Amino acid sequence: MNPYWAVLRRDLALALRRKNEVLTAVFFFVVVASLFPLGIGPEMGTLRLIAPGILWVGALLASMLALGRLFAADHQDGSLEQMVLSSASLPGLVAVKILAHWLLSGLPLVLLAPVLALQFDLSAEAIGVLMATLLLGTPLLSLIGSVGAALTLGVRGADVLLSLLVLPLYIPALVFGAGAVQAQTAGLGASAHLSILLAMLLVAALFTPWACAVALRIALE
Amino acid sequence: MLCVSELSCSRGDRRLFSGVNLTLSQGHCVHIEGDNGVGKTSLLRIVSGLSPAAGGQVAWAGEPIQASEAYRAARMYLGHALALKEDLSALENLQFDAAIAGRPLSVLDASAALVQLGLRGREHLPVRVLSQGQKRRAALARLLASRAALWILDEPLVALDLPAQTQVCQFLQTHLDAGGMALVTSHQPLQVSGAHCSKYRLQA
Repeated sequence: MNPYWAVLRRDLALALRRKNEVLTAVFFFVVVASLFPLGIGPEMGTLRLIAPGILWVGALLASMLALGRLFAADHQDGSLEQMVLSSASLPGLVAVKILAHWLLSGLPLVLLAPVLALQFDLSAEAIGVLMATLLLGTPLLSLIGSVGAALTLGVRGADVLLSLLVLPLYIPALVFGAGAVQAQTAGLGASAHLSILLAMLLVAALFTPWACAVALRIALE
Repeated sequence: MLCVSELSCSRGDRRLFSGVNLTLSQGHCVHIEGDNGVGKTSLLRIVSGLSPAAGGQVAWAGEPIQASEAYRAARMYLGHALALKEDLSALENLQFDAAIAGRPLSVLDASAALVQLGLRGREHLPVRVLSQGQKRRAALARLLASRAALWILDEPLVALDLPAQTQVCQFLQTHLDAGGMALVTSHQPLQVSGAHCSKYRLQA
């Protein structure tokens, strides 16, 4: 078992032992996305219009809800020290932790989105685009958020600070993610939006693990 | 060989200690003593490479530890935080820890280490149901399972009963006899033969 695989296995095993933490974020997403159609009423035109924005904001808040525990538990029990001291590269281990975090808190949102989109009367094509944007967007949110989580590690009132720090950085992902679905419904095609999301994802995947690693070393000093 | 020269450490504006010189050669152990708050844990964290020093340097085989690839594999740090996951069993903890440290461990070796530390029959219980001392034993099993040359142990005997303390000292002795090194802080006396172990009193 190599170190990266071990970190992934451990994080997934821990999540399976304590399912409530994973389920909280997922149920939050379901509830938030369901409240809007109930509150606005069965106005199909309006619902179709607001659907991408609401589903994206819901996914964004749900993925942020889970961010706090990305490094906090490891920091508290000392596992983080052992990861820093490991002979494996810290950015690599951090990248694996972010991957585990996405598998547990991002991927379920992508899979649930089409079901929730039915409440908003989205067309099949629009739902396809929505899933594609979330598939590219949720890992981007996890990557950006991980830097915030690493920077606020061990700080008092970290949760509020984390949202203040991370939410503004989520704006580009939200604009292009929700914009893609709207462009698709307007008949413009979503490929431009998707390309930009993919580009942002690749840049974030390259740089955020390093930024996280630096922030974690500072937190441990 | 570990060489600490003119090491100093500050916390904010406060100087904790300065001018610490230590040399550790094969088969030797330094027992660091000092009052509470004098900076023993800080010293060990600097030597392990977790924190930067305010001044001076730590060298492994003549190379500063920050640049030394060999040091990453040679040291093993066990601090106050035990790095145990409460929801995993002692066995799983030990195996994941070893794998993350880059020294994978078979189930047989891992359970042998736990049995040696008196956790027979408790290998598969989640760590959260273990007592404080048993958790410490589960964490110390890492020592037996590792092949690290340098053990950096921060208060390893805390929360252990007397037989377990003796046992840990025996492990330490075996490690030193095999040419290993150790840097240990402890308020309890270390029962290690005098030729191997020197004391260092840390003062502000």
